[in-house]
Amino acid sequence: MASLLIKNGRVVDPSLNLDAKRDILIEDGKIKKIGARVFSRRCSRQVGRGAEVIDAKGRLVLPGLIDMHVHLRDPGRPDKETIASGTRAAALGGFTSVCCMANTDPAIDTPAVVKYVRNKAETCGVVNVFPIAAVTRGLKGEALAEMGLMLEEGAIAFSDDGNPIMQADVMRRALEYARQFGVPIISHCEDKNLTAEGAMNESALSTQVGLPGTPSLSESVMVSRDIMLAREFGKVHIAHVSSAASVDLIRQAKRKKIPITVETCPHYFTLTEEAVADYDTNAKVNPPLKTKADLKAIIKGLADGTIDAIATDHAPHNIEEKNVEFNLAASGMVGLETALALVLTYLVDTKALSLKKAVEKLTSAPAKILGLNKGSLKAGSDADVIIVDPKEPWTVDTSKFASKSKNSPFNGLKLKGRVLCTIVGGKVVVRDGKLLV
Amino acid sequence: MNKVKSINKKDLLGLKDLSLSEIKLILRTARSMKEVAARPIPKVPTLLGKHIITLFYEPSTRTRTSFNMAAKILSANITNVAISSSSVVKGENLIDTIRNLEVMGVDAIIIRHPMAGAPLLASKNSKSSIINAGDGFNEHPTQGLLDIFTMQEKKGNLRGKKVLIVGDISHSRVARSNIWGLTQLGAKVVVVGPPTMIPKGIEKMGVSVSYDLDKEIEDADFINMLRIQKERQGKSLFPSIEEYAKLYGLNSERMKKAKPDIVVMHPGPINRGVEMTSEIADGPYNVILDQVTNGVAVRAALLFLLLGGKSSQD
Repeated sequence: MASLLIKNGRVVDPSLNLDAKRDILIEDGKIKKIGARVFSRRCSRQVGRGAEVIDAKGRLVLPGLIDMHVHLRDPGRPDKETIASGTRAAALGGFTSVCCMANTDPAIDTPAVVKYVRNKAETCGVVNVFPIAAVTRGLKGEALAEMGLMLEEGAIAFSDDGNPIMQADVMRRALEYARQFGVPIISHCEDKNLTAEGAMNESALSTQVGLPGTPSLSESVMVSRDIMLAREFGKVHIAHVSSAASVDLIRQAKRKKIPITVETCPHYFTLTEEAVADYDTNAKVNPPLKTKADLKAIIKGLADGTIDAIATDHAPHNIEEKNVEFNLAASGMVGLETALALVLTYLVDTKALSLKKAVEKLTSAPAKILGLNKGSLKAGSDADVIIVDPKEPWTVDTSKFASKSKNSPFNGLKLKGRVLCTIVGGKVVVRDGKLLV
Repeated sequence: MNKVKSINKKDLLGLKDLSLSEIKLILRTARSMKEVAARPIPKVPTLLGKHIITLFYEPSTRTRTSFNMAAKILSANITNVAISSSSVVKGENLIDTIRNLEVMGVDAIIIRHPMAGAPLLASKNSKSSIINAGDGFNEHPTQGLLDIFTMQEKKGNLRGKKVLIVGDISHSRVARSNIWGLTQLGAKVVVVGPPTMIPKGIEKMGVSVSYDLDKEIEDADFINMLRIQKERQGKSLFPSIEEYAKLYGLNSERMKKAKPDIVVMHPGPINRGVEMTSEIADGPYNVILDQVTNGVAVRAALLFLLLGGKSSQD
């Protein structure tokens, strides 16, 4: 494979504790060298033989982002997304690795389906795809799925995401059993009984618009249960945390060294329940958007390290399932193509997080949680790299999304931070903000 | 205050969206309509040639009939679409249903739907006027208007008057529409019911909350008893009909504590022996049948203002 030299960029790599001007040489799909002025003119000329040079002056050069929580709808719902379309959306958004959830049809609950996802990713995908397999068969929350065999086929973690594991004894056995593999169980924390018919956050606003509310407790009660289980049985990763109460519980648990890790999603630090006040189904998501106080608590949790990672919970839905009565509309929003810009605009520009910290939550933090050998520009690593224009504002236009689904509440929003170039394993898949594949 | 002469809106989705002057205009116009409805031949040609459809996804006797009467007073054509026999049972979605009705040349669609926001969704996808006849727990604006109309008829200006709304506030669109309207008119609204039936943050709508009906009834001018859905008993909202009736029902014992001129209301249909005993339901304080009569006048006023009227007759 040809070599590639990225010159003059501001390289931000939390795994190397680095935020400085550096050059990066990529050879044979790996990071060959990273350094300041290591490539003198003479040296450049040497490596330049046959090497492509990208001038990243004024740009950010980051490890390829890792999204530890996406729904690719493959197998089962090619009208909403496929591995082909979802990984292209990922590439445009700067994600070089995505971890796809098991609530497909059929579910990723057997070694064969894990294998299908891996094969499909190999042949049709343009970024790395890591399947997260089901904890229980059919995501029913009852009998354990074949975790060991699914790991052998390439699953990297387990989750029944979309469905909570309501029975504490099942969750207990899952955590105990998963211990032998050292991989986390990712928990969608929701008490279905408390949620009941809830369609938005239960609050003065739900009272005023007459929608059935989901109490914030629906999440925090389960977070609290899972913290207790993690204390006894080990490693829980809590998905899409959305409430102040949950952040508080997690902060206390971490102080007590209970082995839990946490992600939140861009919509929980950018939007509040007000986004659904006009019954906008594109802002209907589970867990539901909460109040300003919750949003502030999420940002504080990100800043003080209570929340480890940022994931999109990319949840593609077609217009038929969104352009209906609010109660009937599917929950979830697409996120791959807006996440980085939302982080840069709403967390970094506002100085809530340093750039390095923000990048960490999108790269080395999820890599560490999942034990992935990704998210670093250290010499010898896979050459997953992105180049970002941090300054030029752009406007979200869902009609231009590579995702098959357009269910974003951010359509029309002006953001900063555009992905110009995405390199996966040394191969340029996005250039000048456009897909090459 | 400058009086508005018309409602510059395509739809009536809720009292939440109406200004005080618009509410007053509808009430003024309803007074003229009540006079028309009382004539020997209760018919004016105002909406001759207009086509109105009622599209009800939930059962209704009063509201649908009342809209039919109102339309006929104004000489409009009205067609009732019965959901059980429509293509909705074949899986047609709301937007398609609305669009199909619209291209038949409909001027207004009166919609009742079990989910909040459905009339808004219909409105966004239709050029016809959409009139909300009840959506989920959100609003039932014509009920709110006819309640207010009836209250004014009995006691004039509502500013400072104390209105109790008693029952399952959480699941009541009637309560919400009443609250939006009454608070604009300056009434003092107290919602009363067991805590499981008081929705979160309702104080922000400008009302106070009480669990003590005996205390609240003492200085109340109006008491609006909401219908209790018996199917909710024994789940988690309340343990039994008997206990509910004891704590929050109206009976002659409790009425002794009220002011002698208290006005008793109910949006119907009444569960006798639950919200109120038969003595009260058939007693001298109640205006429940006036509410029904006034419903026709209020709905006629609304159809007139949305579909034909440029100004009220005053």
